[in-house]
Amino acid sequence: MLFSDNHILSTILFTPLVGAILMLVIPRQNTNAHRWMGNLFGFLGFAVSLPLVWRFKFGETDFQFRQTLDWIPSINAHYSIGIDGISLLMVMLTTILGAIAILSSWSAIQKREKEYYILLLLLQTGVWGSDRRLYAAIKFFLYTLAGSVVMLLAILAIYFRTNTFDIREILLSHNPIFSPQLQTWLFWGFFFAFAIKVPMFPFHTWLPDAHTEAPTAGSVILAGVLLKMGTYGFLRFSVPMFPDATMRFRWIMIVLSIIGIVYGALVCMMQKDMKKLIAYSSVSHMGFCTLGIFALTPLGLSGSIIQQVNHGISTGALFLVVGVLYERRHTRLISEFGGLSTPMPNFAAAYLIITLSSLGMPLLNGFVGEFTILRGVFEVRWQWAAWGVLGVVLGAAYLLWLYQRVMFGNITNPLNEHLPDLNGREFFTLGTLIILAFWIGIYPAPLFNVLDKPVKQIVLRYDPNYYTPQSTASAAPAGGASIQIVVTDKAPAMKMSTPAAAPQKDSK
Amino acid sequence: MQGLLQSTLRDSPLIMPEVMLAFFGLAILLTDFLLEPKQKAWNALTASLGVIFSALALWLLKPLAAISAEGFHGAIVVDPFFMLFGFIFLAATLLVIFLSVRYLELEDEHHGEYYALMLFSTVGMMFLACGNDLVTLFIALETMAISFYVLSGFLRRDRRSNEGALKYVLLGAFSSGILAYGFSLLYGISGSTNLNTIATVLAQRPHGDLMVVIAVMTVSAGVFFKIAAVPFHQWAPDVYEGAPTPITAYVSVASKTASFALLLRLYLGVFWPVRMDWTALLTAVAILSMTVGNLAAITQTNIKRLLAYSSISHVGYILLGLVAGNERGLQAMMFYLLTYAFFNTGAFAIVIVLRRKGVIGDEMEDLNGLSQRNPAAAILMLIFLLSLAGVPPTAGFVGKLLIFWALIETGHTKLAVLAVLYILPAVYYYFRMIAAMWSREATDQVRPRISMGQAVALAAMVLVTLAAGVYPEPFLRLATYSLLTPFGR
Repeated sequence: MLFSDNHILSTILFTPLVGAILMLVIPRQNTNAHRWMGNLFGFLGFAVSLPLVWRFKFGETDFQFRQTLDWIPSINAHYSIGIDGISLLMVMLTTILGAIAILSSWSAIQKREKEYYILLLLLQTGVWGSDRRLYAAIKFFLYTLAGSVVMLLAILAIYFRTNTFDIREILLSHNPIFSPQLQTWLFWGFFFAFAIKVPMFPFHTWLPDAHTEAPTAGSVILAGVLLKMGTYGFLRFSVPMFPDATMRFRWIMIVLSIIGIVYGALVCMMQKDMKKLIAYSSVSHMGFCTLGIFALTPLGLSGSIIQQVNHGISTGALFLVVGVLYERRHTRLISEFGGLSTPMPNFAAAYLIITLSSLGMPLLNGFVGEFTILRGVFEVRWQWAAWGVLGVVLGAAYLLWLYQRVMFGNITNPLNEHLPDLNGREFFTLGTLIILAFWIGIYPAPLFNVLDKPVKQIVLRYDPNYYTPQSTASAAPAGGASIQIVVTDKAPAMKMSTPAAAPQKDSK
Repeated sequence: MQGLLQSTLRDSPLIMPEVMLAFFGLAILLTDFLLEPKQKAWNALTASLGVIFSALALWLLKPLAAISAEGFHGAIVVDPFFMLFGFIFLAATLLVIFLSVRYLELEDEHHGEYYALMLFSTVGMMFLACGNDLVTLFIALETMAISFYVLSGFLRRDRRSNEGALKYVLLGAFSSGILAYGFSLLYGISGSTNLNTIATVLAQRPHGDLMVVIAVMTVSAGVFFKIAAVPFHQWAPDVYEGAPTPITAYVSVASKTASFALLLRLYLGVFWPVRMDWTALLTAVAILSMTVGNLAAITQTNIKRLLAYSSISHVGYILLGLVAGNERGLQAMMFYLLTYAFFNTGAFAIVIVLRRKGVIGDEMEDLNGLSQRNPAAAILMLIFLLSLAGVPPTAGFVGKLLIFWALIETGHTKLAVLAVLYILPAVYYYFRMIAAMWSREATDQVRPRISMGQAVALAAMVLVTLAAGVYPEPFLRLATYSLLTPFGR
C-alpha cells in the first residue's frame, strides 16, 4: 500500500495545500490551467480520502489513523490527528463536497480565476459575490472570530486543569475532571464559538448575508462543511467534556434549537430571494441537528450526525440548483422565474428529487436523519418532538412552494422560454449528490454502524447503565430512578420509552 | 590612571558591536562628500556593512554572555538578554536600511547623514540593552532619541515631517526630564547609580515606601513615553504620520523595542523586589493602551496613523506579559517583541512600496485594488496584517496566545477575557485595509514596483512572520534563553 495508516490523514490535509501552492506559481493569464489544477486537486483530495472508508475499523472505540508529532514542545503542543466514526463522516463529506464545489465553478467564475481556485482550495467566501459582499464578509469574519477567541481562552483553561491539549487524553479520563463551576464557564466559552458556527438561533444573522454574497461553490462549502464545525464542536467538546454543565443548560439548548427550527422555517416562507430562502432553511435544518445532540440519546445523537451529512448533501445540492439558475439568468429572485419545467425537464427532475430529499421524504436521506432525531427526542420529551414535527411540516411547505413558484405554471417571463437544460458537468455534480441521497435514504445501515461506538461512548458518560440489560431502553441520560415503560418494536433500533423524571426538572 | 587604561582595554571587546556601528557611522559621514548625488546608495551599503560587522562582533560575545560579563566597573553587562535585543536592533536596522534606499531617492533627500544617524541611534539602543548603570542608560536613551528627532524631521520640505519632529523633540525632552528626575531619586535612595546596588537597597525598603513609589512612578512615566503607552502616547500618531515611512517603521519597532529593553532591565532588575507597588499601575496602563489604541484606530483613514494607534494597542498587550509576571509572561514579551519587529516593519514596508513620485501612498484609498495592481504586495500586506491582528498561522497569533496563557496561568482571567475581546476591533480595522486591497476597485491604475532591496527585506520579514507562526519552537527557545533575572539563571 502506498501510504501507511498513519499518514492518510496528513495526506488528506495537505493535498489541497499543495495544490494551492502549485497554483501560486502558474501565471494568472493561464486560466484554463488554474481550472484544471483546481479540479485535479479537488478530486485528488477526495481520492486520497477514500482509503479511510475501507480501512476504518468499525468496532474500535478509540481514535484511528492516529499520528502524533512534536510541534511546539515549549508549550506542550503536538501535531496530533486521528478520527473516529463521527469525524470519518465529516471528513468524507468535506472531501466530496469540496470536489463538487470546485467542479461546479467551472464556468461561473469569469474573473480572477487564479485567486478563486487557490482560495477555494483553502476555503472561504470573498470577492466573487455580489453587491454587499464586503459587509457580508466582514460580518462573517467578525462573528466567527468573536466566538473563536473566547474558545481559545476556554482551551487554555482546560489545559491548566488537565496539563494536556490532547483531546483524546482528555476524553479518555472518564470521570468528570472539571468542577461544576468550571464546567459552566467552559461550556459557555465553547458555546459561543459553536453556536455562531452552527448557527443557533440568536447568532444566525450572519448566515443569510454570507450566503447571498458568496458564489455558489462558497455557499456549498459554507453550508456543507463550515456549519458542521459548530455541531461537531458540540459533539466533540461540550457534550462529552462538560456533562454536568450540559445537563444543566440542556433546556436552553433545546429551546434555542426549537426556536431555530420553527423561526427559520417561518422566515423561509417570506423570502423573495431563492438563495436567502435556502440559507434560512439551513438555520431550520441545523436546529434539528442541535436538537438531536442535546436529546443525549443514541438515536438523537446518531440521527443528528446523519442529518448533518444529509444537510451537507441536500442543501449543498439546493445551492447548486440556485447556481444553475443564476448562471443562466443572473438573478435569484423567485418572481423572475416560473414554469421552468418546460424548457428544462432534466433540471426539473433533479431539483424535485433534491427538494424531496431536503424536506424528508422517505426513501431519501432527509427522512432517515429527521426521523431518527425525532425518535431520539421523543424518548426524552414528546413535546420537543412535536415542535420538531412542526418544523418538518413547515419545511415541506416552503420547499414545495418554492418549487412550485419556480418550476410550475406558465412561463411568465419571456427570458425563461429557451433556457438550456443541464449540461454534462451539472448533471454530474447534481447526480452525484442525488445518488448519495438515495443511498442514505435506502440503506443507511453503514452510517449507523460507523456511529455506533462513538455515540455509545457519549451516552455512557451520561448514563453508565444505559446499555446494560436491565435498562435496555432507559431514556433518561444521567437520570435518577424513574418509571420506565418499555415498548419494543420489531426493529431493533426503535425502542421507545417515556421520559424520565430528571430531565423534566431541568426543562421547565 | 594606568589602572583605568588597563581596565578599559580589558573591557573594550564588550563594546565591540557598538564600536563597529559608531565607526561605520563616522565613515559614512566622511565618505559621503566623495559621492555624486546618484551614488548615494553606496552609503546604504556602508551602513549595511556596519550592521553586519556589529552583528559578527555581537556573535563573538556569546561565550561572555553565558557568564553575564560585566565591564567598565559595572556600567555595562553583556548577558543573553542583551544578545537577543542586540540582534533584534541590528535586524531592524538592516531591514530599514534596505527599505530606505528607493524611498529617499523618491523623496530627493538622499543624504549620508540619514544612514549615519541610523547607526548612531542603533549605538544608543545597544547600550540601552546592555547598560547596567543609570548614567549609561540615560545617555544611551538620549543618543537614540536625539538621532530619532533628527530622522523624523528628515523631510525638511514636508510640513508634516517638521511638525511631527518638533512635537517629538518637545515632548521627548519633557519626558527625559521626568525620567532623569526619577533616576536622581533612585540615586538619592541608594547612593549609587549601579543597578545591582540600587536593587539591593530597594529590596530592603518597606512595602509602600513613598520615596520608592515616587521614583518608580517618575521612571515609569519616562519609559511609558518612550514606548508610547497611554496616557503618554499623544506624540506617536503625529510623528508616525510625519516621519519618512522607513523611519516610522524604525521608530515603531526599534525605538520601541529598545525602550522595552530599558523597561525590562529596570522592572525586572531594579524594581522587581517592590513589584507590589507597580503592578496595579502597569495593569492600568496596559488596559488603557489597549483600549485607546484599538478604539482610536477604528476611525483612522491614514494607514500610518492607523498603524500608530495599533502599535499603541500592541504595547498594551506586551505590557500584559509583565503584569502576569511569571516566566511564561516574560517569554511571551520576548517572543512578541522579537516577531513584532518583523511583521510591523513589514506592514510599513508595503506603505513604502506604495510611495512613488507625487503620491505619498499612506492613505487608505491608496490600497484600493492593490490585489490587482500588485498581487505580491497585496498578499504580503495580508500576511502582515493578519499577524498584527493575531490570526493564525502567523507569529502575531503565537505572541498573543502566550500572553493570554500567562494571564490565565497567573489567575488574571478577567484581564485575559478583556484582552481577547479587544482583538475584535483590531480585526475590524485591519480588515478594512484587507477589504480595500481586494474588494475595492483601483482608484488609479499605476502598478507599484517592488525594488530589489525592498524585495529582500520583505522576503525576510514574511519568512519570520510565517515561520514563527507555524513553527515557533526555535523562537520560543530564543526568548527563553534571553530571560532576565529573576527568571534567568
